[in-house]
Amino acid sequence: MTLLEAQDLAFGYPGREIGRGLSVQLAAGEALALLGPNGGGKTTLLKTLLGLLPPRAGAVLVEGRPLAGLTARERAQAMAYVPQATVSAFAFTARAVVLMGRTSRSGLLSAPSRADHAAAEGALARMGIAHLAERPVTRLSGGERQLVLVARALAQEPRIVVLDEPTASLDFGNQGRVMAEILRLRADGLGLLFTTHDPNQAARYADRALLLRGGRPLAAGPVTEIMDAATLGRLYGAPVEEVRDTGTGARAFLPG
Amino acid sequence: MSTVALVGARALRLGGPWLALLALVLAAALAFGVGRYPVSLLDVARVLLGRLLGHAPDVAPAVEAVVLQIRGPRIAAAVLIGAALSVAGTAFQGLFRNPLVSPDILGASSGAALGTVTGIWLSLGVLAIEGLAFAGGLLAVACVYGLGAALSGRDPVLVLVLAGVVIGSLLGAGVGLIKYLADPYNQLPAMTFWLLGSLSATHPSDLLPLAGPVVLGTGLLLLLRWRLDVLSLPDEEARSLGLATGPLRIAVVAAATLVTAASVAAAGIVGWVGLVVPHLARFLVGPGFGRLIPTAALLGAGTLLTIDTLARTVAPVEVPLGILTAFVGTPVFLWLLARAERDWS
Repeated sequence: MTLLEAQDLAFGYPGREIGRGLSVQLAAGEALALLGPNGGGKTTLLKTLLGLLPPRAGAVLVEGRPLAGLTARERAQAMAYVPQATVSAFAFTARAVVLMGRTSRSGLLSAPSRADHAAAEGALARMGIAHLAERPVTRLSGGERQLVLVARALAQEPRIVVLDEPTASLDFGNQGRVMAEILRLRADGLGLLFTTHDPNQAARYADRALLLRGGRPLAAGPVTEIMDAATLGRLYGAPVEEVRDTGTGARAFLPG
Repeated sequence: MSTVALVGARALRLGGPWLALLALVLAAALAFGVGRYPVSLLDVARVLLGRLLGHAPDVAPAVEAVVLQIRGPRIAAAVLIGAALSVAGTAFQGLFRNPLVSPDILGASSGAALGTVTGIWLSLGVLAIEGLAFAGGLLAVACVYGLGAALSGRDPVLVLVLAGVVIGSLLGAGVGLIKYLADPYNQLPAMTFWLLGSLSATHPSDLLPLAGPVVLGTGLLLLLRWRLDVLSLPDEEARSLGLATGPLRIAVVAAATLVTAASVAAAGIVGWVGLVVPHLARFLVGPGFGRLIPTAALLGAGTLLTIDTLARTVAPVEVPLGILTAFVGTPVFLWLLARAERDWS
């Protein structure tokens, strides 16, 4: 089933177009990577697909319904957004942050219900961070904070999870840990869309990739088919070398 | 953080509102009892109970007058204003994602000050002056909000704060101009004393125009408190969580402005309370707005009441509230800054 769909989308800010000619499709149980150099329009496209920015042309469909016709609540019930882990102005506990994921599922004036608390505890447990529940997020490591934000997205009970550079600020070990947790969501039938500037991350964790350069699509399709040294070289405007393990067939891309 | 510290923080979070309530009750008992004419707590209880049950209390008429006509209205005003400014300050610190914001950041106090000095300059009556102060506060914030919306770039909150700072200083210049033009023997002292803030002139008839806006605005913020956690996130993040941030931000600004303008109109400029009390409350119950807002209300009421009691007892003459709140607020704030700094980073 197609969860998220956009045809011939143009996107950008008022008076400033960032990109055009983009078509995106995301199915349940699939991970799609948006790959491209910095400043290529990945984050702007993400915000347009999330309904945070209106498209300049074309339309975004969420489960077949036009995104523009949905309220903020309906949008949040279908799609969750995991921003790059930022530092909060207030020392909310991890549990409180995850409870914020229930906003679209509770009334404007109501306190978190028993069901909201249960959903938050469930999301914390699923991300393996139940032991951090009482800790202020300001005192967590970058990796732990990122997992808290993913847990918040889960508490939203969405069908689609959109992640902006989920491992951008993480060390090597945490990158693998966070991505492994995120990929378990795909196995549960959620649609995953994430941006990354690392081709290896796209090749390793995504089913399909959309390569974005200067706001235009350079290539789109299954990562095994579209990602090679030549295409990536064009994407980044710099030479890329592909190395391959002759035994397992595993690939990696090296810059330079 | 150790497990002991976590358990302690949790206990404080649950017990915090009750501690704040206890502080308020003690502050009220003190405020009724002390002063130029000491009244025993037993007599205070007799008068208040008699009033509640509708029979004449068994005390001297002077005692009844002190409790009901003089201290009662003043205590009620301090409680209302202290609670209102603290709740508005707490909500604004969340809305502006900045723990150093006070409820008059958008120009409510400067607008009210301009309204008041204009009223005094035109030799209007007391009620008209208070009306002008209230209208001035509302109008100033409406201007700031309109300006912020018209200029709105990528960060609506930042634009709003900058518009508030600019308009605030313009209104400050307006206050200066009128003080310069005013009669230096009668009007200028009146303006100066009013700007320093005081509850000494509180009359029973002042309570209704104060209580109306304050109860309305504080009540609205109390009702919306569970959504303020999310409103304190960056705008796009809050919207992606399903919060309609635009209408909610307008509601919070309107409620906070209503209570600030009403407070300034009734008592003059009472600084610090709206800045410091939210921090004290956060220190007690943590940053979650669901518990924080009611705790700030109780704590703010107790704090301003205590300061007002000091204002009328520490010296042979009344000390202006604005001066006392600054004397008390500065060290408390510095202490909080030293203690809690790492939690803000």
